[in-house]
Amino acid sequence: MADLEELYREIILDHYRSPRNRGELTGEAALRAEGFNPLCGDEILVTLHVDDGTVTDIKISGQGCSISQSSASLMSAAVKGKPVAEVRKTIETFKTLMTVHEAQLEDAGDAPEPEPVDLRTLGELAALQGVVKFPMRIKCATLGWNTLAQALDDASL
Amino acid sequence: MTDTSPLDVTAVRRDFPLLSRESHGRRISYLDTAASSLPPHAVVEAMDHYYETTHANVHRGVYETAEEATRLFESARTTIGRFLGAPDPAREIVFTRNTTESINLLARTWGEQHLGEDDAVVLTLMEHHANIVPWQMLAERTGVELRFLGLDDQLRLDLSNLDELLDGAKLLSVTAMSNVLGTVNAIGPLAAAAHAAGALIHVDGAQAALHLPHDVAALDIDFLSLSGHKMLGPTGIGVLWGRAELLADLPPFLGGGGMILDVRTDRFIPADAPQRFEAGTPPIAEAVGLAEAVRYISGLGVETIHAHESMLTTYALDRLEAAFGDGITIYGPPAGPDRGGVISFELGDVHAHDIAQILDSVGVCVRPGHHCAKPLMRHLGVQAAARASFGPYSGHDDVDALVAGLQQATTVFL
Repeated sequence: MADLEELYREIILDHYRSPRNRGELTGEAALRAEGFNPLCGDEILVTLHVDDGTVTDIKISGQGCSISQSSASLMSAAVKGKPVAEVRKTIETFKTLMTVHEAQLEDAGDAPEPEPVDLRTLGELAALQGVVKFPMRIKCATLGWNTLAQALDDASL
Repeated sequence: MTDTSPLDVTAVRRDFPLLSRESHGRRISYLDTAASSLPPHAVVEAMDHYYETTHANVHRGVYETAEEATRLFESARTTIGRFLGAPDPAREIVFTRNTTESINLLARTWGEQHLGEDDAVVLTLMEHHANIVPWQMLAERTGVELRFLGLDDQLRLDLSNLDELLDGAKLLSVTAMSNVLGTVNAIGPLAAAAHAAGALIHVDGAQAALHLPHDVAALDIDFLSLSGHKMLGPTGIGVLWGRAELLADLPPFLGGGGMILDVRTDRFIPADAPQRFEAGTPPIAEAVGLAEAVRYISGLGVETIHAHESMLTTYALDRLEAAFGDGITIYGPPAGPDRGGVISFELGDVHAHDIAQILDSVGVCVRPGHHCAKPLMRHLGVQAAARASFGPYSGHDDVDALVAGLQQATTVFL
């Protein structure tokens, strides 16, 4: 139960109930990418504006569980107004937070321990660290992030 | 409220060692039999015994254990064939890996041999991906047309245009029981309609095998696919049953050892069915285990299992409705003889993944997601549903744990 409370922290439930930056940016200037989680059918659409190397606006739409939706909402709040280079770094940091524990759970044997993530650099996003105790939910938490990375990749940013 | 079950669930549970473990400190309520059933101790013991006393490759060695292994493997074929009412098990039971492989085998052999762009296969909207994608792959190769039988408003098959869809079709491929809705399809009349239209019928029996009587001869069907692990047996083994005269005419599926009569550098001669379709070393221990599973099911009685699960389904539907009223949406026909022990539902705005996660924390195992039936989910307008499903070891206490867990989920999310 303690693990469950850590998974469904109040901040996560808050972002699930009241998702930030909900919607879709249209028009040719908007970058967009769609993500799917084939295991559970979660779908997400990330649209964003990048001007002069800065993410000036981002909107999230789609459907999914509390973890995928709140993670995408937290992500949108974390990257809006940030330079692309910093956004890229945050994506990497967040994904490392999710994979560090994945490696530990999979009995990685003698594999070197990855560098621990400094949670202070993640701000509110650190609320999602409880997810790593539930390996099946990691894909939910990373869906929005992978989709954002895809949108940036597609635009060669 | 609690009807008397024809099964002594307490006694049945003693046969399933996994049910004596705890999950998160609670008694485990295994409500995911539709995904995979639990094996009774007798199945595990039969496989252990085989490996520890008999194991050898089959159809090759002449030493004593090899002869015994071959005899066990072939007698498993007979046991399983008799369970299905097959007239000639030795020629009609093909061992595969699972239902998915059985249907791929059928599509790749019979389908490629008989279906071209002027032909059609009729499927239904309630099929599992295993009974859709192999036919779509075949359609990409051959141009065969796929037609889908729809559903009525109680989520049974809508038979109003069956004859129209069967007109010009060469195959009707249909599940005996939906793995999402629990709908039990009346196979006999479907077989009669298919045959009247000059088509054959294949039945996906994966979901029904543990819960409903099968008699391929009485139902007058042509092909049947099954998975061992959905009928108290091990993973890694499935069955394709086909009428002997149909299997006899089919080309081979996978090539290799065991499926040939002769091989030269420039050609090969395939063996007769069923060996023609069993390239490579077959799942021998799994066949032994599956035969034991079939004996166990027969010992309880398929009709008794069905009656038990039917009673439990009625109880669960009543309790869920009483507890959540309009707050819960349950997909499937009302309780009755054509409603199997599968209950898929949405609970308010709580996502199925979150429901399953919270239920896990109290030892209740259910499945969230699209259940490998995305065309059906699209038809229902549902992205993901939670699913509870029953087996002979499921009891009222499991349903009670489910309802209590769901009440907890609503307090976390509402």
